[in-house]
Amino acid sequence: MDSLQIYLILAAILFSLGMFAVITRRNAIAVLMGIELILNAANLNFIAFARFGGMNITGHIFALFVIVLAAAEVAVALAIIINIYQNFNSINVDEAQQLKQ
Amino acid sequence: MNIFLQYTLLIYFLPLIAFGIQIFIGKRLPRQGDWLSIGAVLATLVLSIALFAGMLLDYNPDFKQNFSFTWLETTNFKISMGFLVDNITIIMLLVVAIISSASHIYSLKYMEGDPRYSRFYAYLSLFTFSMNGIVLANSFMLLYMSWELVGLSSYLLIGFWFEKDSAANAGKKAFLTNRVGDIGFFIGIMLLFTAIGSFSYSEVFAGVAAGKISGTLLTLAGIGLFMGAVGKSAQFPLHIWLPDAMEGPTPVSALIHAATMVAAGVFMMVRVFPILTPDALILIAYIGGFTAFFAATIAITRTDIKQVLAYSTLSQLGYMIMSVGTGAYIAAFFHLAIHAIFKANLFYGAGSVIHGMHHSLDELDDHETDAQDMRNMGGLRVKMPITYLAMVISSLAISGVPLFSGFLSKDAILAGTLALVERTHSHQLLLFFGFGAALITAFYMFRMIFLTFHNKPNKPKIFKHIKESPTAMLIPLVVLSLLSIFIFYTLPNANPLSDQGWFTHLVEPQESLVPGHINPSVHEIEESIHHSHNPAMITSLIVAGLGLLLAWLMYFKKVISAEVWARRLRPLYNLSLNKYYIDELYDKILYQPFLKIADWVAYLDWDVYDKYFINGFGRATEWFAKIVGIADYDGLDQGIVDSFGRNTNRLGVALKKLQTGKIQNYVLYAALAVVILLIIQML
Repeated sequence: MDSLQIYLILAAILFSLGMFAVITRRNAIAVLMGIELILNAANLNFIAFARFGGMNITGHIFALFVIVLAAAEVAVALAIIINIYQNFNSINVDEAQQLKQ
Repeated sequence: MNIFLQYTLLIYFLPLIAFGIQIFIGKRLPRQGDWLSIGAVLATLVLSIALFAGMLLDYNPDFKQNFSFTWLETTNFKISMGFLVDNITIIMLLVVAIISSASHIYSLKYMEGDPRYSRFYAYLSLFTFSMNGIVLANSFMLLYMSWELVGLSSYLLIGFWFEKDSAANAGKKAFLTNRVGDIGFFIGIMLLFTAIGSFSYSEVFAGVAAGKISGTLLTLAGIGLFMGAVGKSAQFPLHIWLPDAMEGPTPVSALIHAATMVAAGVFMMVRVFPILTPDALILIAYIGGFTAFFAATIAITRTDIKQVLAYSTLSQLGYMIMSVGTGAYIAAFFHLAIHAIFKANLFYGAGSVIHGMHHSLDELDDHETDAQDMRNMGGLRVKMPITYLAMVISSLAISGVPLFSGFLSKDAILAGTLALVERTHSHQLLLFFGFGAALITAFYMFRMIFLTFHNKPNKPKIFKHIKESPTAMLIPLVVLSLLSIFIFYTLPNANPLSDQGWFTHLVEPQESLVPGHINPSVHEIEESIHHSHNPAMITSLIVAGLGLLLAWLMYFKKVISAEVWARRLRPLYNLSLNKYYIDELYDKILYQPFLKIADWVAYLDWDVYDKYFINGFGRATEWFAKIVGIADYDGLDQGIVDSFGRNTNRLGVALKKLQTGKIQNYVLYAALAVVILLIIQML
């Protein structure tokens, strides 16, 4: 069972779970977690392609980049969430719907 | 470039340049720019004198220079314009320049302090320009244009004090009366043009000589041209504007309405003399003779000093016109030049008197008394010696007393008339007009002199404050008085009884060009004039002496009472006093019917045409607009335009619901879209 397919299926499941979290969760922190899942699904794909698909060292480096970006993104996102909390007194994303107006 | 062309171009255009500058920025120039106009006119005077001196040195009767250029060219005809310089032109240029310069200098004081001082000088320059155009023209085209320009400047200057109703009306009257004559003038020119196809004098003359136009048509053309002269030179029946024109400032009366412009008609007749037929000539002679006599009889009863001079101008112009008609047209031109000088002098003298009267009345703070009425004057001789002397000299000249210029030309005219009667053994009436007018002229001129300058002052209070006029006004008087002495016109001869001299040598009559030898030849005319010279001279001396004596007895010695004779000749006196009721007659037979027609047409226009036709249009348009309004507002606007808006609005409301503002919804849509795209790709 040591083939590309398994990794890709695992990554797809991981992506779907992440997507599901992003769409359904009301808690902003949980949405953030979903995004982390999606990013890691991508990472898994990179690594899998590096191992089986001939991407070699490039895949590893990309994965490292993604991890770093994810860390930066979390920092920014948490800052936004804190701002939302200060404005709405909640981190429920449904309540931050001023775009509607 | 030809030196004559250079000179004439300068003479022609300098006053125009002065006018252009004056009218636009004259007010802002130092001294309101009067030096500009005066400079221009003095320059033309110098140039005219130069031309004149050249002519005397040359002493050639046949001198002639013609400059022309094509002005307009079409396939059918060509119109050229240009200058014709011959001895007549040069003499006339000098006369215009002298009188014009005198007028400009005189106005320095006379018009001082006028609110439109610079404009006055601009108009004077415009007049000088236009008058020189008439003199220099070598074609009817330029002549006609200058003719109208002269009419315009005359109108502007008569109505110069347009705050006064009488001045504004006099300007209008002059302009409109001239228009009547100008229509005839235009018809005359066009008759010649249609027959010959050219406006230039030389070609028209050649065409007439070749018989391209003859008989009745040529007579009509001649009468048409003469109508122009009737208007401009104020001959009966279009004379009515000239006396009224005296409403203008006195320098203008002297320059335009006595000396130069009114002579334009005579000048034109002199120019076109060779193409006039015998029928046209006899009509011209009678109109001129009648005007000479008729105007003189009106002048007798005038009390306004300028009106006396105005009617004497009419009378003298009549003399010139009559002389053209009798064939002695060189005498007409001679009288034109001489008359211009002494008549301008008379007007400047009258202006000087009026100026003095105004000053005196201003000091008395009297604004009621008429400063021009001779009954308020009397005895002014003591207070205004120079003016008095100038007036007496020119009155002697106009009365035809030997040693003065007027005698020479008047005598030549009367000799010409007598010659015509002797040649044809008819037209004795002309003699009566000529000699009768000479008698009356001497009478009314000295009536004016005695009333104004002699005897005891009629209004001692006014008399006390009268002073002689300032030097600027006296210079023209002195110069023009000197020029009224006979010697200037007879050199190198010095016989005061004969007009032989440089003038008769340099200006020679031309043969008539009318085909068929129906006009007497120059030789015949000169012969008969020579023959009748002495009888005419003696008769004219006698009648002038009689007139003078009568005036002396009536107004100086007062042996004969003017009042008693006025009562005895009541009907005649009334006729003269009321100017033969001509103005009233015109009012009755021309103006009133015209006004009635105008009223009627106005009724048609206002009450019929406007009310029914124009207003009907208005109403129909209104209805139509209402219908269109309904269609537009209720149909188009409400139905189509508004429904677009409404539907868009509705769609917007509907679509608004899609925009929940929840990020997660948008992400869901995006994901769904990706899934759909994938499915489509797989299929």
